[in-house]
Amino acid sequence: MMRAITNRLVIIIPYLWLLFFFLLPFMIVLRIALSDLEYGAPPYTPQFSLADGWNVMWEKLGQLDFENFGFLASDSLYINSYLSSLQIAFFSTILTLLLGFPLAYGMARAPSGIRPTLLMLVILPFWTSFLIRVYAWIGILKQEGLLNQLLLWLGLIDTPLEILSTNKAVYIGIVYSYLPFMVLPIYSTLEKMDESLVEAARDLGCTRIGAFWKVTARLAVPGILAGCLLVFIPAVGEFVIPDLLGGSGTLMIGKTLWTEFFNNSDWTVASAIAIVLLVVLVVPIVLFQNAQARAAEAGR
Amino acid sequence: MPSLGSIRRSFAPWDDPAAKPYISFKNVTKRFGDFVAVDNLSLDVYEREFFSLLGPSGCGKTTLLRMLAGFEEPTEGEIFLDGQSLKGVPPHKRPVNMMFQSYALFPHMSVADNIAFGLKQDGMEKGARDERVAQMLKLVKLEEFAKRKPDQLSGGQRQRVALARAVAKRPKLLLLDEPLGALDKKLREETQFELMDLQQQLGLTFMIVTHDQEEAMTMSDRIAVMDKGIIAQIGTPAEIYEAPNSRYVADFIGSGNILEGNVASSDDAHVTIKGGDGEIVGALRGSKAPANGEAAWFAIRPEKMQVSRSKPENVDNALEGEVWDIAYLGDMTIINLKLDSGNVVQASMINRSRLVEDPIGYDERIWLSFSADSGLVLER
Ligand SMILES: Nc1ncnc2c1ncn2[C@@H]1O[C@H](COP(=O)(O)OP(=O)(O)OP(=O)(O)O)[C@@H](O)[C@H]1O
Ligand SMILES: [Mg+2]
Repeated sequence: MMRAITNRLVIIIPYLWLLFFFLLPFMIVLRIALSDLEYGAPPYTPQFSLADGWNVMWEKLGQLDFENFGFLASDSLYINSYLSSLQIAFFSTILTLLLGFPLAYGMARAPSGIRPTLLMLVILPFWTSFLIRVYAWIGILKQEGLLNQLLLWLGLIDTPLEILSTNKAVYIGIVYSYLPFMVLPIYSTLEKMDESLVEAARDLGCTRIGAFWKVTARLAVPGILAGCLLVFIPAVGEFVIPDLLGGSGTLMIGKTLWTEFFNNSDWTVASAIAIVLLVVLVVPIVLFQNAQARAAEAGR
Repeated sequence: MPSLGSIRRSFAPWDDPAAKPYISFKNVTKRFGDFVAVDNLSLDVYEREFFSLLGPSGCGKTTLLRMLAGFEEPTEGEIFLDGQSLKGVPPHKRPVNMMFQSYALFPHMSVADNIAFGLKQDGMEKGARDERVAQMLKLVKLEEFAKRKPDQLSGGQRQRVALARAVAKRPKLLLLDEPLGALDKKLREETQFELMDLQQQLGLTFMIVTHDQEEAMTMSDRIAVMDKGIIAQIGTPAEIYEAPNSRYVADFIGSGNILEGNVASSDDAHVTIKGGDGEIVGALRGSKAPANGEAAWFAIRPEKMQVSRSKPENVDNALEGEVWDIAYLGDMTIINLKLDSGNVVQASMINRSRLVEDPIGYDERIWLSFSADSGLVLER
């Protein structure tokens, strides 16, 4: 009896968690997105409220006009923001992978004694606030910043590079910030991998490189997928990095949303942007879930 | 001239000074840091030979195979394959396939794909490949499991896939690291014979690591008994069993009794030692007898001793003691006899008749007798 209750609690708790911290806020945002803009506090008129009772709510649901969503489609700013966000997130994911895989591979092949230290070094940046770390990059990337000073001193360039306030700085910021999310899942798949598999492949006629592709890289696919999605999904909605490191030309949906919300005080459009963003991201999230499930299936 | 064991061999290139070895380890040493895993080892193996490595855990058997396959380079010395030095030759360029002790099956591939992997690497066309894979599956009796992934197999089934994968390419030299350890007795014996057949038919050279002496005896042309990175003795199964060159080998192979003493006298065929169990005369191993007074050990197998209740007459050696332990194994009975010196000696008796009038019982005092030629005097 006691057992049954604890079992049920174990299942119920995560659902309650999801209900309170995801579903409820989501419903609130959705409700705002479906409301009309108004100048006041709060700056919207709700289309319906629980106080009306169920019957009225049902009736009103049929009359919803989705005008905020229509507005998003009518202004190219929003569509461009989405596309530009997806593009920036996509390329920074690839860059992060190109950097993260060798890093993870090196860590997994390092002597087992120093692996915990290497792992610590990867996690170490999390001990400082994300905001401060991104802020620090301003000092590195600006005209008279550390990077330019170093390159000038080395004689590699004559005039300082213009990196800050361009998309380049945004890429650097995202790759830097999300690298651990790429490294850790790849590391964990590579670390588990039996080195003798590579030897078996070489024994059966593969070159070193052939064995790497056919065995190491192939078996790391679940880790690579997990890493890519862990970078891509938050990068699409990133706000801090484009805001601090990007320029006026940097178009990202997180920034647009912030502008709508705080500068234009248009909560309804901002909420609609958030809802669409979620829908856009549901596709890779579902892909991710599928990949995880398949990996679990294969790993059994 | 009597010879060792009960079979005469027609295949014995190791006795032919003109025969060229197929594999040749020349003073090979392998160190891992300070640890010496293989110590100045020299070894010749001949084409079409079925060669076994036997030895306790950690004595360097796997290391030896890995050096042949190309996963470890000798720290010192050189290995030759068919007259060519293997120095710097990468694994995929060696006509050698290895079955890994850990199996090393590719978890993302089905059983059939695992077996086909090496054939694909060789560019074998699909028809021939499928045929070979089917043949291998039949060899290891896994026809119904072709589509399964390795993690859906039992330990013994996985081991058989690993074996099939290594054999599939029919390499000139096949290295098998404990290929049958996870199989049950019946399947193991069947597979042993299949492997021997395959080796005969295809004319391959096998080098195999095993912990199972009986398996080594059954399959091998020759056996090398290893001890901490060196080879203690190389020989045919009969040589290893009947003429061990040291206490270590005598003790490691089969069960044996070893009695200690000092050399009392010797002639050109026999040595007499004197110790706590009195005088024992045994056969001289080699050509030169040890000097009188030297420490020496007498080694004899349990089945080479006769058991009797009364003191035997006209025998070379006789030991008296108290029955300490009796084990009935069906085909034979093992008796442990505690000698007056405190040493325990083991003797075995074949159970020829079903009914025994007055069987030997615990605490009886009985005699063991044996001829001088049934045991050996060893110097180390
Ligand atoms: N890469 C390595 N680094 C350090 N020591 C090693 C390495 N590989 C093997 N050794 C050591 O070398 C010795 C011989 O190892 P090896 O694997 O050859 O033993 P083995 O005879 O195959 O034993 P087993 O019967 O248990 O498989 C062992 O003591 C082992 O610890
Ligand atoms: Mg081993």
